[in-house]
Amino acid sequence: MTGLFGVLRREALLEWRRPGRWSSLVFFSAAVVLLVAFASPSEAALREQAGGTFWVAILLASTRAVDQAWQVDLENGALEALVLWPVEPAVLFYAKVLALTATLTTVALATGPLILGMYDAPLRGDVGTLLLLLVTGCAGLAAPATLLGAMTAQARGASVLLPLLLFPLVVPALLAAAKGTSVLLEGDPMGQAPAWLGILVTFTALHWSLGGLLFGRIVEDG
Amino acid sequence: MATGMSIAGRGLARRFGPRWALAGLDVDIAPGELIGLTGPNGSGKSTLLRLLATALRADAGWLKLDGQDAWGERSELRPAIALASHATGLWDDLSAAENLGVWARMSGVAPDVIAQLRRVGLDPDRRDPIRTFSAGMKRRLALARLFLRRPRLALLDEPSTALDVNGRFLVRGLIEELISSGTTVVVATHHREELDGASVRWMALQDGRAA
Repeated sequence: MTGLFGVLRREALLEWRRPGRWSSLVFFSAAVVLLVAFASPSEAALREQAGGTFWVAILLASTRAVDQAWQVDLENGALEALVLWPVEPAVLFYAKVLALTATLTTVALATGPLILGMYDAPLRGDVGTLLLLLVTGCAGLAAPATLLGAMTAQARGASVLLPLLLFPLVVPALLAAAKGTSVLLEGDPMGQAPAWLGILVTFTALHWSLGGLLFGRIVEDG
Repeated sequence: MATGMSIAGRGLARRFGPRWALAGLDVDIAPGELIGLTGPNGSGKSTLLRLLATALRADAGWLKLDGQDAWGERSELRPAIALASHATGLWDDLSAAENLGVWARMSGVAPDVIAQLRRVGLDPDRRDPIRTFSAGMKRRLALARLFLRRPRLALLDEPSTALDVNGRFLVRGLIEELISSGTTVVVATHHREELDGASVRWMALQDGRAA
């Protein structure tokens, strides 16, 4: 556990020292939300798209966030030094995933009010369930994004390769998060939100487990 | 006093794409020995150091550290190995003290950051990110990182690169300190005079083989 706290502290310090990174991610997701709003044919369509647009914006921001997170560790060979340091690869993975979850949750919390305001989509459902869905969705995106980010970070054309691999993989999470958010915005009259949340929790648990097992093989040579 | 690590390898080979960086090298190093590794650029010095550090896996041959398979037992061996490679392994956005503190805490070591910074001639009160540091200062900091733990095998890849005269004396002092504590030390260098007077055994490489 000492290792995990040490690595988490490192992630926190690196984030703290690069505040511009967070604001650029928020502006990026806000730009996606605004562009979709401008391109939408009607206000009614806009309302229906609110949940989906929100999660697409978070997904796109996650690719930028992962790119930047790995770049920091590749700059001066810190990744190899980390692998050789007596820290379990799984600890490195979970620290990175937790940091990315925190980043994405912050971006989501900043983007949420924009969606509610611009898309004329007042929140009628339970706020607590929506927050739970939001955190679980961000955690669900963070694990595969971190794992695939480690695979592609050193490849040529990493910024293209990562979305190509990530987007198909996270379709179930995107679907569950978008649908769950949409029904909560509408007040969840049929009580569907817990089912979507359940799918999201299963997806997240699966990818957190798989990531912890596979990460060592990805960052190690051979 | 720490006991140095023994190294034995036969037919070590490692390929990067079509090119063999090491092409069948035998290595035997006794615990506590100081090895000077020389050879022209591209002769395989850095690759050998990374193999010894268990950062790379050999494509052919075998390597044993303390009688254990280096790759198979890498998790157990790594805490006793320190590699100072060309890359500093530091984060430019953090200060020198933060960098060392982070590395120390990740391995559960109580960080004596100020002493380590003074030891390598860096100002412990400097709070600016190390992206403002010169290459030589970053090299000093990278060497300080090496001493956060007590390695039994220290691998130094051209440790004096970018260092001034004082820095070269510092490296020499650090190597002597490692040797006197029983650590096995392998230094890749283009400048034999850096290890003058020390009880060093030289190994020369050429095209991935012993010259």
